[in-house]
Amino acid sequence: MTVERALPTQEAHDLLDLVRELAGKEVAPRAAAQEAAGEFPREVFRTLGAAGLLGLPYPEEHGGAGQLYEVYLHVVEELAASWLAVGLGLSVHTLSCFPVAAFGTAAQRESLLPAMLGGELLGAYCLSEPQSGSDAAALRTRAVRDGDGYAVDGVKAWITHGGVADFYTLMARTGEDGPRGISCLHVPAGLDGLSFGAAERKMGMRSSPTAQVRLDGVRLPHDALIGAEGEGFRIAMASLDGGRLGIAACAVGVAQAALDTAVGYARERRQFGSRIADFQGLSFMLADMATQVAAARALYLEAARLRDAGRPYATKAAMAKLFATDVCMKVTTDAVQVLGGYGYVEDFPAERYMREAKVLQIVEGTNQIQRLVIGRAITKE
Amino acid sequence: MNIVVCVKQVPDTATERKLRSDDKTLDREAADGVVNELDEYAVEEALRLKEAHGGEVTVLTMGPDKAADTIRKALAMGADKAVHVTDEALHGSDALSTSYAMAQTLKKIGFDLVILGSESTDARTGVLAAMLAERLGVPQLTLANKVDVAGSSITIQRVTDYGFDRVEATLPAVVSVVEKINEPRYPSFKGIMAAKKKPVAKFGLAEAEIAADQVGLGGAWSEVAEFAAAPPRAAGTVVKDEGDGGAKTAEFLAAKKFI
Ligand SMILES: Cc1cc2nc3c(=O)[nH]c(=O)nc-3n(C[C@H](O)[C@H](O)[C@H](O)COP(=O)(O)OP(=O)(O)OC[C@H]3O[C@@H](n4cnc5c(N)ncnc54)[C@H](O)[C@@H]3O)c2cc1C
Repeated sequence: MTVERALPTQEAHDLLDLVRELAGKEVAPRAAAQEAAGEFPREVFRTLGAAGLLGLPYPEEHGGAGQLYEVYLHVVEELAASWLAVGLGLSVHTLSCFPVAAFGTAAQRESLLPAMLGGELLGAYCLSEPQSGSDAAALRTRAVRDGDGYAVDGVKAWITHGGVADFYTLMARTGEDGPRGISCLHVPAGLDGLSFGAAERKMGMRSSPTAQVRLDGVRLPHDALIGAEGEGFRIAMASLDGGRLGIAACAVGVAQAALDTAVGYARERRQFGSRIADFQGLSFMLADMATQVAAARALYLEAARLRDAGRPYATKAAMAKLFATDVCMKVTTDAVQVLGGYGYVEDFPAERYMREAKVLQIVEGTNQIQRLVIGRAITKE
Repeated sequence: MNIVVCVKQVPDTATERKLRSDDKTLDREAADGVVNELDEYAVEEALRLKEAHGGEVTVLTMGPDKAADTIRKALAMGADKAVHVTDEALHGSDALSTSYAMAQTLKKIGFDLVILGSESTDARTGVLAAMLAERLGVPQLTLANKVDVAGSSITIQRVTDYGFDRVEATLPAVVSVVEKINEPRYPSFKGIMAAKKKPVAKFGLAEAEIAADQVGLGGAWSEVAEFAAAPPRAAGTVVKDEGDGGAKTAEFLAAKKFI
């Protein structure tokens, strides 16, 4: 079902029309088979890139589309509803471009952004490590001064697009222990010493490759540094504020898709001589699902509008990520229930949505970490 | 090369299509209008020829105001400008009078090559390319699944029942293309934005020097005398297998002359 969206401009309506056409013709038809086979749909990202969708919320002068974050998130949601691996891939790519766009020098923005946003390239964001997930500031990957550049050693874990990305936005330690010793570096693919682990064998979202990124004496020029030395953790967290809204939009997309599947099925399926949709016990479940999806969408849009207005939005972003992904888990689980036995088998997409939902409660800050962020923000003196 | 690509807005084949009871013409208001699918291939071919040989692509549409959406789509794909022939007096034109109106317009705007889809999904007469070529006095190269231009000569592969014919002519000429000649591109977001600023000239009867008595319902050579709704699909026949299912199925198929 087409979601009714209050969009701020005619331009945004035109954009969403284009996105729906692409989602319907190029994304959704491939999802089930390629997920089952665990194939990464690089060609779909090329199609999105050619359509100008890989740089939406960035300024036009650097090759972006100059769209509001709010509008960009609608796009992420639509694509995630068709195929999470694509919606989340777009979100991670957009996140990976943020440090250069927001903290890079004018020279870095000019030399790097047009290609990063132009549609040909795909980015990855490298923060987590095997031993440091939630406690990201404990990361150990080291970048040491070497001549007029850096030499980097370490292992990044769980990296979305690891091995298939064209550039890696990397957090590495250049100084003391803790958050103040971390810096952000731009690493193009193909450098000597850069290698990748085998793709993780995941419960869902199998078409989105997740792999370790290994750095073994990787040499970077001095201007690979984004922002100042020691500023990396702040940059990483600022990036994640926006990234979390991308995850929230993905969650709403998957939940909407599950809801649509459940509603469609409940209208058709007959038991005891009537449509199962006509049993109040079932229709109340559908009503709750629909209400939660709508509320989750409203919350991420509220946070995005604060961001677009230049207001503080980090706490709202954490709330949106927490609420939308929990809603997604609940709604997709209920969708399986609505389909009964048919929900549990691969002939219908409900089970896939349920497997996809789970990862969203984990990435870009687990939902425990979101609660921690929100709790701290609302109780600090 | 000055390429004119003709596109038509047709009712979406996914929605229910109806004829109007008053004048027995297609009810274009009732259905969603979309670009005739084959015309997207024509636009794509025009854009590829322009990319290879330079020049300009002009979109030509005849239809009510609503057809402006179709023009925008072709412009968003990359065409440079458009001519929209629209006039109340054109309402009800048949294929012959449409070809007259389009030919008059083409004479006005000039062209080296006219490209069309081989038919439209609404009326499906599939004759417009031939009629246009006759009226313009230029060669017609129809049903192309491949188009090559070299200097002023044009060669196509014309799809036939037995394979294809190679057809050659000199420009100016009219070409109609079939499905699968190419893979039409999606417009890009930037293309959509840019399309809003591209020039669209509106031509009425006067601008295109179209004689009013040759077009519209009055000027049409064909007439819809009567029409009826298609009968609802009959319920299927269920063959119950009581050991003789195969024989019964064969009997049914034989009765329908399938076997
Ligand atoms: C498919 C996938 C893709 C990913 N993509 C990327 C990527 O592109 N880039 C990247 O950098 N990372 C990525 N990650 C990593 C992801 O961000 C981490 O998995 C996540 O931050 C959690 O870290 P962890 O797995 O080490 O769990 P841990 O931090 O070890 O957490 C284990 C459990 O303890 C809980 N916990 C931890 N600390 C606290 C606390 N203080 N209070 C309460 N509970 C706590 C957690 O909530 C969790 O339930 C990805 C992960 C997955 C699964």
